[in-house]
Amino acid sequence: MFGYLILTILVFTLVAYFVGQTAGRSFALADRQTHSLPGYHGAFVAVWVGIPALVLALLWVALQQPVIDRLVIGSLPGALTSGATPAQLSLILSEIKNVAAGQIFAEPSPDVKAAADLYVRWQDIARWAMFAAAVALMLLALVIARSKLAPRFRARTGVERFITGMIIFCSVVAILTTVGIIASLVYESLEFFRRVPLHEFVFGTRWEPQMAIREDQVAGAGAFGVIPVFTGTLLIASIAMLVAVPIGLFTAIYLVEYANENVRRVVKPVLEVLAGIPSVVYGFFAVLTVAPAVRAAGGAIGIVMSPNSALVAGGVMGIMIIPFISSLSDDALKAVPRTMRDGSLAMGATRAETMIKVLLPAAIPGIMGGVLLGLSRAIGETMIVVMAAGLIATLTFNPLDSVTTVTVQIVTMLVGDTAFDSPKTLAAFALGLMLFLVTLTLNVIALRIVQKFREQYD
Amino acid sequence: MNVMQQATTSPIEIRTPKMPAMEGRAVSVFYGQKQALYDVSLAIERNQVTSLIGPSGCGKSTFLRCLNRMNDTIDICRVTGEIRLDDEDIYNRDIDVVELRARVGMVFQKPNPFPKSIYENVAYGPRIHGLTRSKIELDEIVTSSLRRAGLFDEVKDRLNEPGTGLSGGQQQRLCIARAIATRPEVLLMDEPCSALDPIATAVIEELIDELRENFTIVIVTHSMQQAARVSQKTAFFHLGKLIEEGHTSDLFTNPKNKQTQDYITGRIG
Ligand SMILES: Nc1ncnc2c1ncn2[C@@H]1O[C@H](COP(=O)(O)OP(=O)(O)OP(=O)(O)O)[C@@H](O)[C@H]1O
Ligand SMILES: [Mg+2]
Repeated sequence: MFGYLILTILVFTLVAYFVGQTAGRSFALADRQTHSLPGYHGAFVAVWVGIPALVLALLWVALQQPVIDRLVIGSLPGALTSGATPAQLSLILSEIKNVAAGQIFAEPSPDVKAAADLYVRWQDIARWAMFAAAVALMLLALVIARSKLAPRFRARTGVERFITGMIIFCSVVAILTTVGIIASLVYESLEFFRRVPLHEFVFGTRWEPQMAIREDQVAGAGAFGVIPVFTGTLLIASIAMLVAVPIGLFTAIYLVEYANENVRRVVKPVLEVLAGIPSVVYGFFAVLTVAPAVRAAGGAIGIVMSPNSALVAGGVMGIMIIPFISSLSDDALKAVPRTMRDGSLAMGATRAETMIKVLLPAAIPGIMGGVLLGLSRAIGETMIVVMAAGLIATLTFNPLDSVTTVTVQIVTMLVGDTAFDSPKTLAAFALGLMLFLVTLTLNVIALRIVQKFREQYD
Repeated sequence: MNVMQQATTSPIEIRTPKMPAMEGRAVSVFYGQKQALYDVSLAIERNQVTSLIGPSGCGKSTFLRCLNRMNDTIDICRVTGEIRLDDEDIYNRDIDVVELRARVGMVFQKPNPFPKSIYENVAYGPRIHGLTRSKIELDEIVTSSLRRAGLFDEVKDRLNEPGTGLSGGQQQRLCIARAIATRPEVLLMDEPCSALDPIATAVIEELIDELRENFTIVIVTHSMQQAARVSQKTAFFHLGKLIEEGHTSDLFTNPKNKQTQDYITGRIG
């Protein structure tokens, strides 16, 4: 039904567009002094017909359910509802809905049956009412908007204003979503810090979140020191960046400055394929191929290492990140004007000198963008770490050890049998908040670096 | 305009024969399948200003870019023939392009200072070629180059500000300073004044005239007056061919070729 309504609105909007456009054309034919092009007249009418109806439909759908629920409950005999708690009421309500949908498990009582019939009827009425209201609104809007059109009417300005409004609306949605996410993180984290003191969390060096969920379980008391988790994250991310930044950057330099057209034609799509591989695939590549190889190599030179190691996870993650860095650096380097490059070459600089002294400094902001994007990927990546690095938080900087990362811990804390108010669950939010703060700080630092070293061309 | 008088009255003494600084022999250039220059042979005399004129697309820039092998940076470009610098073919296999470009500098049509400080712009060449041993020497080169480009007084208080923050004319003089800081033997200029107002143009023309003492200069220009003012030798190109060359005063007052005459009187172009 809602689908049909949307379709109807679309059709009406199209019709409105043509009505407006036709009117605009006739103005243009009769008089050269029209203010707006016919297309703008059309768009103006279309906006006025389509948008209010759309808003009405959305609001209707959002508000319809609670109203009908209220009505249905009100219709129940007093014996059923009087003295019932809200929870009981919602149980009754869902039974009614089940019956209405035909999912009957036991023979319902006559009261419930009657209420279910009522429920179905109300829903039908609401649907048709929505349809009728929307159509009426659109017809009204069509008449009003059409009557406004005139040769000197500023339809273009109106449409322009609508577009501005749309853009603002969209950016506000984006911002509000971000704010909402942060707020929920902060709220739940505060809840967590009420149970586990902040300093214990930030400065603690033991991370053992396996605590009893129910009273009767046997488990550790739990320790929520975040340091080993963060060192694990940073260790793996650094290894990944050590792999990805040089390889990605040099790949970009090669592609921009040294490779000929044929090589570029092959290498660029290959890199894009690399970016399209799901991280799960990288994960089992790490576990099944790289880890045994690294272990065998370690064994050959007499180093004993655990099957899960930060080195393997970080290294494979680095490979995953290469395309981000190479493709953004590639764009940044290509964007440096050719005249800069020619200027340097004409001074008798070699290609390498030109690259180091002119192209790279000018492309720093774009390259830094790529590095940051890669770093966020590295810090946020979960799959590879789960599969290849392990779950136990060890405080170590040895890349051959098994470590764990923030994201992995968040996942393991939220899957499985958990209660929503146990510190174990809430810790996930606190970790999320910390992670957010760390990445934010990294971003700010990177921006500073860019501002300091960038050489702006224009 | 004393520049003009200077330029048109001076060229008597340089008619004494000397070995040319550079010489193109039967130079042809192809961009892919398309031929842009046909068998051009032209000598660039030492310590003279040679101007290349001709209608748009006739191959002036192409010829100029052959002289320091900047055409190498264009993948599809192919050069045949010979170009001699001090009796060495610069398209020879064992010529080091980097060294060649240090000897044959270039100033582009559009000012292209690096997004570095004014000082760093001028110091760029001396640095990469290791021309100086100390900071003092480098300072000395930077100041003298800026001074010769007639820019020093305007920028002496802000040598550490970005070169891109200068006006168009200043930027072009900065590029000239940058080019002469490597002490090239030949200086190539591709329409160096096309983005400048008459005053900045006069400054640069004056500068070119002074630079002639120490450098050999080749300049591409669309302004016949400019060619007449600054150059001693002029070459006229048309559709990729060298139509006529000669002493500037001769060529302008007494062109031998019909096409040249049409061009300088404004009938083709
Ligand atoms: N990079 C290039 N690729 C392909 N063709 C080119 C390239 N550069 C120049 N050409 C061609 O070579 C011919 C000569 O060009 P050139 O730039 O030398 O002309 P010009 O005399 O400098 O013209 P203008 O006075 O407009 O600067 C033109 O036909 C041009 O289209
Ligand atoms: Mg040109």
